[in-house]
Amino acid sequence: MSVAGHAPPPFFKRGPAPLARLAFFVTLALLLLVADLRFRTLEVARMAVATVLWPLQKAVLLPVEGAGEAGNYFSNLSSLQLENAELRKRQLAQANLLLRQTHLEDENRRLRALLIMQERLDAPARAAEILYAARDPFSRRIIIDHGLTHGLENGQAVIDELGVVGQITRAFPLTSEVTLLTDKNQLIPVQVARNGLRAVVAGAGSGAMELKFLPANADVLPGDTLVTSGLDGIYLPGLPVAKVISIDRNSSFSFARIECEPLAGVERHGQVLVLGKRIAPELPEEPKEPGKKPARGRKATK
Amino acid sequence: MIQPTHSSRRILLPARSWFIYLSLCAALVLNLIPFGRLPGIPDWLALALVFWCIHQPLKVGMGAGFFFGLVIDVANGSVMGQHALAYVLLAFATGALSRRILWFPVAQQALHVLPLLLGAQLVMLLIRLVVGAEFPGVLYFLSSFVAVLLWHPLNYVLLLPQYRAAEHDDNRPI
Repeated sequence: MSVAGHAPPPFFKRGPAPLARLAFFVTLALLLLVADLRFRTLEVARMAVATVLWPLQKAVLLPVEGAGEAGNYFSNLSSLQLENAELRKRQLAQANLLLRQTHLEDENRRLRALLIMQERLDAPARAAEILYAARDPFSRRIIIDHGLTHGLENGQAVIDELGVVGQITRAFPLTSEVTLLTDKNQLIPVQVARNGLRAVVAGAGSGAMELKFLPANADVLPGDTLVTSGLDGIYLPGLPVAKVISIDRNSSFSFARIECEPLAGVERHGQVLVLGKRIAPELPEEPKEPGKKPARGRKATK
Repeated sequence: MIQPTHSSRRILLPARSWFIYLSLCAALVLNLIPFGRLPGIPDWLALALVFWCIHQPLKVGMGAGFFFGLVIDVANGSVMGQHALAYVLLAFATGALSRRILWFPVAQQALHVLPLLLGAQLVMLLIRLVVGAEFPGVLYFLSSFVAVLLWHPLNYVLLLPQYRAAEHDDNRPI
């Protein structure tokens, strides 16, 4: 500071000092982080930028797809014939089930009508192709080639031929992001197929899953299959989800540590099926007690 | 005076702004190539940003880092502001160190670049761990080491337009 009370003018104009600029940009970035994580208000901006970027991403995808197709081109005839024979065999094995399926569904509907139960809704499905796995090492997500313009919405379930793969968590106009079951923030309500025990499965990272909040003496055995319970109103009941691998019944913890492995090719696949939005049956009205608020149901996804 | 390094005697042509931004956009496109969960793919954009923040600290700085960071955030589907914050800090640190780094030969410059890139990755890791993502494993940091190995060829490629002769002359011996 000079004696006269003001600094001499600078020789070169370089704008604000680096520290001031740093403070400005860091504040802006932190605001964005909070806005996105806490309030989820940036989805529209994200959608706009993603739509602009889409042609670029498609162009970048071309060489990758080309490499895959070149590999297919050189896969020899005998391996294709082998695969064809294998598929035929599998088709024949499933024909028995498939042929009786419509008959059983009809019968089921009639029986349900007789019992005056609510009809089980079957959801329309749409096949989609996986474009690539999102390049974010902190989460497990894939991008599929259908989006809002094809009628997809947030929250729809995604399956493959073996079981549940995940759920659409962000639908863009032309593509959608599917969060895989193995993502740490993905929860799915299931029941043990053997005895109908209900629980929640959460992703545990690195391709594994964990059956949560079951007491140490719960009736779960290694090898048990877990299927969706349908309680969440998102997944249809009865879709295979995971298989129990190991159980650690340590009595010093209140819950058993149950590790599971996803049944579907969650981390490796080419095509998936997006199930239509399931309209959950309306819950019956709760009996009102004076001075008590009705308890809220827990959400299936975060 | 523009030199490849401050100890070099060679004087370069001035850098063109359009080439700087073209190279940053090319790095962005390289970043968009989907490699899935393969470890060790370098963050091209961070590398190009560090390069230009060292060589042209008056032209490329925190503003460019913030903008390209946001684009990458959307393209990768990561949290909005994650790459932006990391790149802004990266650009600030690199700009502050640029006068020092340019005195070293290229191989030793790479040793300066390594902690900068690792720091940017660490910032992103901290942001995601605070909000409860899974730890991606130590191999996550491999990409910075791969990027540093590419520092020498990158130095050559990005300075190539500035290595040309000032006047075009068909009869020049070299």
